Amino acid sequence: MRRDVFQAIADPNRRAILSLLAQQRLTLNGVAENFRISRPAVSRHIKILKECGLVVVIPQGRERFVEARFDKLGEVADWIEQYRQLWEARFDRLDDVLEKLKKEK
Amino acid sequence: MPSKNKVTVTAEPGKQELFITREFDAPRELVYKAHIDPKLYVQWLGPHGYEMILETFEPVNGGKYRYVHKDKEGNEYGFHGTFHAMSPESMIQTFEFEGYAGHVSLDYMTLEELPGNRTKATIHSVFQSVSDRDGIIQNGMETGVREGYERLDDILGGLS
Repeated sequence: MRRDVFQAIADPNRRAILSLLAQQRLTLNGVAENFRISRPAVSRHIKILKECGLVVVIPQGRERFVEARFDKLGEVADWIEQYRQLWEARFDRLDDVLEKLKKEK
Repeated sequence: MPSKNKVTVTAEPGKQELFITREFDAPRELVYKAHIDPKLYVQWLGPHGYEMILETFEPVNGGKYRYVHKDKEGNEYGFHGTFHAMSPESMIQTFEFEGYAGHVSLDYMTLEELPGNRTKATIHSVFQSVSDRDGIIQNGMETGVREGYERLDDILGGLS
């Protein structure tokens, strides 16, 4: 099974869980209370987020707290930014071609 | 020299499409010409530091294209596809990176005339799946990264 950050954020519930955890760490129940979906469904989403490295589950006493790890999310912005740079370089060269064409006219 | 126009790439998580937009300080006919004239096309398409070999180029409905980017070590990266409707308003083509064979995207490019003899280009690429889209971006990224560093070197070289 493919597990990466893109898969993690493809699901709207997982995105909602992440934005909730961006504000504060919560227990599993604390997360589930904020959603209409069942507690096992929330647990499954948290498991996927954990496998993708976007959250960690920290046991503390009897509770288990879920904390977001946002450094992984940077990967998404990075690849789009690098793809953008590829096109930027290409279109900058196209600008040069167009400048030459304009002068020829 | 006109101020540089910005490229935007929109790739929403979980979708199998992406959008690229860029404006040009040139009329639409010239932007179109630079896309269908092989002598002009080779001048801008290939990444910096790569030899651009345009093997086949038939920019008409039903025509084919194939080009190869060759790096200094002699590694070759081939790309090919088919052209569909071609006009200054819109260009439709399929795109396949031969290093990621069997994963074909459909590229739909529109050129919109803006006031002041300017043009807005929008490329809408649709992939077969979300992972195809992410895969081709990541494949394309390697050259992008290398190119980014080479350009940085150029800039730094120019400063020192």
